[in-house]
Amino acid sequence: MSTDSTQSSSLEQPSVADGAEPETQRLGVLKTYKLFVGGKFPRTESGRYDPLAAPSGDLIANVSRGSRKDFREAVVAARAAQSGWAGRSAYNRGQILYRIAEVLEGRKAQFREELELCGLSSEDASSEVAHAIDTWVHYAGWCDKFQQLFSTVNPVASSHFNFTLLEPTGVVAIVAAEEGGLAGLTAALAPAIASGNTCIALASERFPLSAITFGEVLHTSDVPAGVVNLLTGRRSELIEHIASHLDVNAVVSYDPDPDRRKRLQEEAVHNVKRVILREPGHGPSPYAILDTTEAKTTWHPIGT
Amino acid sequence: MVLSFAPARQRFDTADLRTPLIDEVGTLDRVSRLTKRSIKNDAKIEGLRLTLSMIDLTTLEGADTPGKVRQLCAKARHLHDGAHSEAKMPIELPHVAAVCVYPSLVGVAKAELEGTNIAVASVATAFPSGQAPIDAKLTDTRSAVEQGADEIDMVISRGRFLSGDEPYAFDEIATIKEACGSAHLKVILETGELGTLDRVRRASDLAMHAGADFIKTSTGKVQPAATLPVTLVMLEAIRDFYYDTGKRIGMKPAGGISKAKLALQYLVMLRETLGEDWMTPTLFRFGASSLANDVLLQLAKQATGRYQSPDYFSVD
Repeated sequence: MSTDSTQSSSLEQPSVADGAEPETQRLGVLKTYKLFVGGKFPRTESGRYDPLAAPSGDLIANVSRGSRKDFREAVVAARAAQSGWAGRSAYNRGQILYRIAEVLEGRKAQFREELELCGLSSEDASSEVAHAIDTWVHYAGWCDKFQQLFSTVNPVASSHFNFTLLEPTGVVAIVAAEEGGLAGLTAALAPAIASGNTCIALASERFPLSAITFGEVLHTSDVPAGVVNLLTGRRSELIEHIASHLDVNAVVSYDPDPDRRKRLQEEAVHNVKRVILREPGHGPSPYAILDTTEAKTTWHPIGT
Repeated sequence: MVLSFAPARQRFDTADLRTPLIDEVGTLDRVSRLTKRSIKNDAKIEGLRLTLSMIDLTTLEGADTPGKVRQLCAKARHLHDGAHSEAKMPIELPHVAAVCVYPSLVGVAKAELEGTNIAVASVATAFPSGQAPIDAKLTDTRSAVEQGADEIDMVISRGRFLSGDEPYAFDEIATIKEACGSAHLKVILETGELGTLDRVRRASDLAMHAGADFIKTSTGKVQPAATLPVTLVMLEAIRDFYYDTGKRIGMKPAGGISKAKLALQYLVMLRETLGEDWMTPTLFRFGASSLANDVLLQLAKQATGRYQSPDYFSVD
């Protein structure tokens, strides 16, 4: 996994025996962070990469600069996975979300390290990772409970049994919060997939590493391919394509930029996408699940 | 290649027909280069429109009903009327080349397509296995022609061909061709069952010399169906046949071509193997059911700049 070169050299200082040759410094191996689409880790179709620097100015890694075609491929993968994921039992989706938390717990150290590389203090990195794990557990519990909470039996003035159930909106694009690479992504992803949506998430530009490493977690935690797709890249470049794609049913954006928010809302009209603009920093809540569901009301005739 | 076209009725000796061997590695290499051509927007739009005009819209299921065939014919006539304002197609669309059905449904399709330029094609000769006596195959063919089929898609007897009985396979094609009368004959080689590219080339040569108007890769019922390497070998066979005899034979890859991108790769291969003369529905067809919708999606994308959703296009 990616480690900063100064760190790895201090860890791997070759022992120098008396009279040995002059010590050689090991050159750290920098990782190119790829995308996570359809359960695979493809390189960006565009062949473009952005260098990611630590606050100190040192190069940490190369990060894929996803293109509109990468986004299109991700939508195809998400669409293909959607009906299967929504068709899983709510209980099973809960099990899988909990599995994500379990695998994440086992890889805490790597996430902490990556967040620290990007400039977080050790305490902040630890608390962010812990918060992300707890968030997955929280929404894992809600998978088979939110329906009971939000669905209704409606009183009507005819001989009908009238009830309203929630169905997933479909394919949801997510523009993750800029701050808090892992916790921000989790806060957006978990409530969306809990109800049976599939997602394409554009990771934070400043903290993209944990997003792609999180893809490795998803890859090993029973999440079917295509349910979560993770892209890195520039929101200024991708927002228009996210907003205008007719096969995307909803966009959840944590992007505070007013111009991009406006652009998102304008372009979303072509297929009347749901646009959900959120401020970062809210704790987990079942109402976040409600945002990306559709209410379906059924009138069932009853005898007198 | 020396070929003596003997007077009619004199038996053509298939042993005299020389077929070159195929360099499989070279074929695959050529294919992989052909799939990497960059196609610019204007060419892409033209290519997509050409693809639509070359499609044999196909339904070949045991569960086909007259209603299903009528619905398919409606689709052939109105590819996309764009009821939804967002999905209105600003590009003029051609109609598909033909509708392809089982013999029992030819009458239904013929009646539905009356007054249009869309042809009715019918599979025949105990499709898809071809395992029936020649009399049954002839009856099958004649009944389809009598009901008005403009094109007959026959399958060769792969069992006979693979066991070395080439004269039988050859004579069978020639006999069916006779039974077709004025209807065009497409000969399905079922390349997925032939095993090697050498046998594909051999079967192509036999079929063309026996009187095929088109050679076609597959029934769509066997995997692999149409592939680019197999199609390249068949196109080269068509080219050599043209140099030998001056006759232009058509090509129809069928089965498994469901994406517009793949269809464009076939067109690139066609253009670079046989040239522009073959870039017409009279000499090249796609046998496909879901390809048309993907091409429509891509055309709408080119026209509006927005990626499309199948939600706004007809299901079949």
